[in-house]
Amino acid sequence: MGDGDVDESSKLKRIVFVTVGTTSFDSLVRAVDTLEVKEELSKRGYTHLLIQMGRGSYFPTKSNSEDGSLAVDYFTFSSSIADSLRSASLVISHAGSGSIFETLQLGKPLIVVVNEDLMDNHQSELAEELADRKHLFCARPQTLHQVISSMDLNSLIPYPSGDATPVAKLINRFLGFPDD
Amino acid sequence: MLSNISTFLIAIAITFMVIRILYVMYSTSKPLCTMPSRPLSTLIVLGSGGHTAEMLNLLSVLQIDHFSPRFYIAAATDNMSLEKARVFENSLVDKTEGGKATKNPQFMQIYRSREVGQSYITSIGTTFIALAHALWLMIKLRPQVILCNGPGTCIPLCVIASIFKVLGIRWSSIFYVESIARVRRLSLSGLLLYKLRMADQLFIQWPQLHKKYPRAHYVGCLM
Repeated sequence: MGDGDVDESSKLKRIVFVTVGTTSFDSLVRAVDTLEVKEELSKRGYTHLLIQMGRGSYFPTKSNSEDGSLAVDYFTFSSSIADSLRSASLVISHAGSGSIFETLQLGKPLIVVVNEDLMDNHQSELAEELADRKHLFCARPQTLHQVISSMDLNSLIPYPSGDATPVAKLINRFLGFPDD
Repeated sequence: MLSNISTFLIAIAITFMVIRILYVMYSTSKPLCTMPSRPLSTLIVLGSGGHTAEMLNLLSVLQIDHFSPRFYIAAATDNMSLEKARVFENSLVDKTEGGKATKNPQFMQIYRSREVGQSYITSIGTTFIALAHALWLMIKLRPQVILCNGPGTCIPLCVIASIFKVLGIRWSSIFYVESIARVRRLSLSGLLLYKLRMADQLFIQWPQLHKKYPRAHYVGCLM
């Protein structure tokens, strides 16, 4: 599964990309910004932490890893996170289906964190189902550092991409259009 | 005497209405009989988050020429969905070299019945405004096909489409694809469309839902 890029100074960059989509998910951003989580990520060989914090009100602390720790940066939104996902070695995401599938389709290791503050948490159903099928790991903000330290990336099964053509065929037939 | 006649007429009208409603509910979910000779006007309901992504994913595999003109509709507070739809439509234009003369897609916004966290009292007022706006849009558009996949914005539109069916104003074929995020339970939108038999075809992506909702079509994961 996707590993880090080699940058100009030919030091292996292994980026952890955190995304909350268009939501506000302060408890995740806070959890990622803790010493505990950052140390676990460092131990697992990651060098950079990039946080897309969305509409949240908690701003993480930037750091350029002078003391050898994780380099931390953040931004609020971008029109497309595809580039950030592509250059990541590990993705930690809120449980939005868009973020989840965009990540899985790129074949990146993924930890999904469900936002327990949301009412009617239907998002957890998807995260749990995909975790049961071993396509990703599930965590809560409080358990994130444990999941990071214990996760076995080799146990992840690649997600087989979906197919919308059965629906297209059914709609076509229903409306009486000929099958092309 | 007069009141007896008017009571009788009202009773007849109600009976006709009930029969008509039952007929519409029965005919909904029966495939259309005639083969369409031209493209069908299509209303596409977008929604924040994954909804728009899932809808565009579906549109990219449809024989899009059959569905024209296309009307995209999103909630007034949703800034990104219509933009994504525009990008999608532009990519279609790029693909058809020397472009066929299809009618231009339209992009419009609709008032939401209720914002997240809004008080229920003020929600009554805003729901009425949303319904009135939906009615205005539906009268203007009268689409032959409606594609939706979950956001609450689709409910006023589908309710009005169903009323149009009953009144014979326009028969819209309503296709509802339940979100891939719904593994064990239908969303409220899906549940309403399923129970009230408003959707002509309702698609589900996970097998767990099939036992609970046997009239739904299980199609596997679309994403």
